[in-house]
Amino acid sequence: MRPFSTATCDIENQQSAKSINLYSAINQALHIALETDPRTFVFGEDVSFGGVFRCTTGLADRFGKSRVFNTPLCEQGIVGFGIGLAAMGNRAIAEIQFADYIFPAFDQIVNEAAKFRYRSGNQFNCGGLTIRAPYGAVGHGGHYHSQSPEAFFCHVPGIKVVIPRSPQQAKGLLLSCIRDPNPVVFFEPKWLYRLAVEEVPEHDYMLPLSKAEVIREGSDITLVGWGAQLSIMEQACIDAEKDGISCELIDLKTLIPWDKETVEASVRKTGRLLVSHEAPVTGGFGAEISASIVERCFLRVSNFIYFVLLIEYYREPIQFFFIESQAFHCTNNLILAPIILNILASTLKTQKEENEKNKKVQTMLTCLCGDKRMHAAEWN
Amino acid sequence: MALSHLATSSSRSAALLRPLSSSIYLRRPISTDTTPITVETSVPFTSHQCEAPSRSVETNPKELLTFFRDMALMRRMEIAADSLYKAKLIRGFCHLYDGQEAVAVGMEAAITKKDCIITAYRDHCTFVGRGGTLLEVFSELMGRQAGCSRGKGGSMHFYKKDSNFYGGHGIVGAQVPLGCGLAFAQKYSKDENVTFALYGDGAANQGQLFEALNISALWDLPAILVCENNHYGMGTAEWRAAKSPAYYKRGDYVPGLKVDGMDALAVKQACKFAKEHALKNGPIILEMDTYRYHGHSMSDPGSTYRTRDEISGVRQERDPIERIRKLVLSHDLATEKELKDIEKEVRKEVDDAIAQAKESPMPEPSELFTNVFVKGLGVESFGADRKEVRATLP
Repeated sequence: MRPFSTATCDIENQQSAKSINLYSAINQALHIALETDPRTFVFGEDVSFGGVFRCTTGLADRFGKSRVFNTPLCEQGIVGFGIGLAAMGNRAIAEIQFADYIFPAFDQIVNEAAKFRYRSGNQFNCGGLTIRAPYGAVGHGGHYHSQSPEAFFCHVPGIKVVIPRSPQQAKGLLLSCIRDPNPVVFFEPKWLYRLAVEEVPEHDYMLPLSKAEVIREGSDITLVGWGAQLSIMEQACIDAEKDGISCELIDLKTLIPWDKETVEASVRKTGRLLVSHEAPVTGGFGAEISASIVERCFLRVSNFIYFVLLIEYYREPIQFFFIESQAFHCTNNLILAPIILNILASTLKTQKEENEKNKKVQTMLTCLCGDKRMHAAEWN
Repeated sequence: MALSHLATSSSRSAALLRPLSSSIYLRRPISTDTTPITVETSVPFTSHQCEAPSRSVETNPKELLTFFRDMALMRRMEIAADSLYKAKLIRGFCHLYDGQEAVAVGMEAAITKKDCIITAYRDHCTFVGRGGTLLEVFSELMGRQAGCSRGKGGSMHFYKKDSNFYGGHGIVGAQVPLGCGLAFAQKYSKDENVTFALYGDGAANQGQLFEALNISALWDLPAILVCENNHYGMGTAEWRAAKSPAYYKRGDYVPGLKVDGMDALAVKQACKFAKEHALKNGPIILEMDTYRYHGHSMSDPGSTYRTRDEISGVRQERDPIERIRKLVLSHDLATEKELKDIEKEVRKEVDDAIAQAKESPMPEPSELFTNVFVKGLGVESFGADRKEVRATLP
């Protein structure tokens, strides 16, 4: 697979960078976290000899068994102890071996971690807690090793959910999560652990949370995704470009609290939105995005005349597409690329048909109330 | 499979294997001999809150030879699965049972198919012990239609409803409360059956195990918690994960028994004892002291957290198959050559089953979307435009 493009991500004071894969980037971040703050601890099942995905390789040797250690097979305990550790002012980095195993710890995360600050009137918190867990399809993971449970956690106020798409992103985002004063669930795309390779700066850097990134600019449709899905969507964008469709691709990075503004601005520009995630459609986070965007870009239109004109103008003001890829298990992530392409092609077809009419309407519209399409922000 | 030959009601024994097995019996009539023999277990049982059963186990030539054959078959099957995995014919996760065969075989010899068994993901041999066929095993492992879960489960999810094998569960420890629920139903039905809920030493530290045990003890459920202690929870040695690795004692108020899980006869004796106990007094914990030769899963070479000497030491000193081989030879029930012949036959059976499994087609792509709900609940899988009801995958 080709390397990821994260060139748009600006990292200040870029010093030396090495080409490494995603698990090594995570490993680097953990080294830096342990190095820079003596109150940092890394623990989980089998982490002291590197963990099943090698993310914690060398940490125990370097920082000692009292800071990097194995726990018994007990997820509820791992998170519970992490909360306690964090509540005493430490940075607890807990590893759940697979996101699929996180459910025994669900109560601890939802009821204990997320609400600690609020229910103690800000006397206590477990902001130093970061829970790392590999998520998503890996091609042959089966029922208990390929789930994408991010939507469950996105329903919980009080925690952040972050998913990186590439090695460089993973390092910067993980360091931000560890240092963020809120408990964070950090899902790592296990499909990319070895597959994704890119230049990663060796120094200590952080990438902002709750800030989406426009990876690719375009004008016909906005594509929103996160984690491993980005690589597939990026491929779809490239393929679509050959058919003359210009796609804008956005990496959400932080799922809660998410960057509505960036997505909104893009949808206002393109008028179409496609959200793709590995998790099942029903109750998925894509539904949340579409609902918010509808609310922001459509229903809030206050001017009735405008409303009518808008409908007339766009016919289908915003087109939403959903893709369900990993209902329970799925053989290959890559099947998605052609499906996305298919949608884009049909979009293009409709678009071509409507283009002629649109031009006429636009002329009319411009005569009536100025070129509002170009100044979409004024709608609200 | 050979076990179901032994049982009088071998309703679903493998048609594939029957001619082979009966031909063995013709050549060596001694194997059907049921004259009782008394054998002493390797080590005495250690008990907690109960009186340990006797070390003297009653068996017979037929049973010993069946043990030998079944364990040799299981061993060969697991080795073959290893090769198939390396040849990328088995994908995903795969956990092998070789070394622990005596637990599956000994347990079956003490109970009936009406008793329930539920286990974790190291389930291939338990399934075979319950009467599953090699074809079902290899087909399932390779994700084929002829698999016991129609190719939809894979290595970790073997099930056999007709002999009350409640399967193959992937989340460490999660099957134990479920098993106690089975025992709860058995208590209601009053049909004198019990449930064996198997888990590993790693799972023994999960909280839900203790929660389920408390309820089972409170209501005197016929639940037998079998801790297959192979001494490593994934890559972590038991003493690093458990304050007390004496798992048979960890039920506190629940009686327990420590058993040499490498000795099929000891396992049989313990399971017989446990069943009687559970029907009369409620739950009991059996700790089977056993060992897995392979790593935790296929991605674990199994030699980073334990020494090669330790593994070869167990193979030489405690191997469950070799123990039975010695017993057969010392009682003069078969010659060394005859035992070698059995192993050869077993090897052929495995090879034949693999060949047959490879012929079985992959599940239809539409199977991806079946069995999620009962049909008719209005669940559709749809293409991107929401018009195509059935998704076809390339």
